[in-house]
Amino acid sequence: MLSVSPVFFYLFAGLAIACSLLVVFKKNPVSSAFSLVLVFFAFAGIYALLDAHLIAAIQILVYAGAVMVLFVFVIMLLNADAPSLDIARTSAALKVAILAGCLAMLAFFVVAFKRMSPPAPLGPYTAEAVEAAGGNTRVISQLMFSEYVLPFELTSVLLLAAIVAVVAIAMRNAKKPGSAGKEA
Amino acid sequence: MQVVEPWVVLTFAATIFLIGLGGLMLRRNILVILMCIELMLNSVNLSFVTFSRMHGDMAGQVSVFFIIVVAAAESAVGLGLLIAMFRTLRSVDTDDIRLLRE
Repeated sequence: MLSVSPVFFYLFAGLAIACSLLVVFKKNPVSSAFSLVLVFFAFAGIYALLDAHLIAAIQILVYAGAVMVLFVFVIMLLNADAPSLDIARTSAALKVAILAGCLAMLAFFVVAFKRMSPPAPLGPYTAEAVEAAGGNTRVISQLMFSEYVLPFELTSVLLLAAIVAVVAIAMRNAKKPGSAGKEA
Repeated sequence: MQVVEPWVVLTFAATIFLIGLGGLMLRRNILVILMCIELMLNSVNLSFVTFSRMHGDMAGQVSVFFIIVVAAAESAVGLGLLIAMFRTLRSVDTDDIRLLRE
């Protein structure tokens, strides 16, 4: 039992499902991108309903902010906003197979989740305990800088590796034909 | 106050995951394929937060933080690869990737 307001949950869930269907079925990548922004906002709302306030804020900042700017920037950079008729190229049999497979997996998940036994021992961080310890953000921050400090530091290495990788990938083709003698 | 059963939230997350998976298989536009991957990552994050809430354990939410970091790095590298692909092929369609060399 999650003490979550059903009205807001179903509102956000319906918005997220409708917009994620739009992401898949819109022909124009720009429309897909802006539907994806709405999905991210709906997810942030659900995180807030589940008392994960820090995750909700990070969701807005990182996904709706940084990742979406990256997507829209790339769409505009490549001028790739022409409508693509790629779904029409998929054969009807494959479409039916994908739909049937997804529905079968969904049915499996519903049965599995409904039969799931309730979590027996509640951990130390119940909603009341988190409230007493100073709120969600404080509890997560304390955990992140004590128990999870090694993974936290490793993320900085990961981000550095990602930056170097992106620069390397973007530079590789740029100096291919014209600029001779750059490589050692 | 009324409540939402955990299996409803988990089923919602599974629905979004399967929409993303279906779109991944259905679409050929690599931009939309990357967006579908983002949808799948988000739905998994929601499952993590739900289980964290159900079990009264904050490890799930800390994991979500790390997953978001990795997902942001993933989309940056993915879009870098996309730009490299567009430079080579002048196209964002995965059907145009036919050669093993440039």
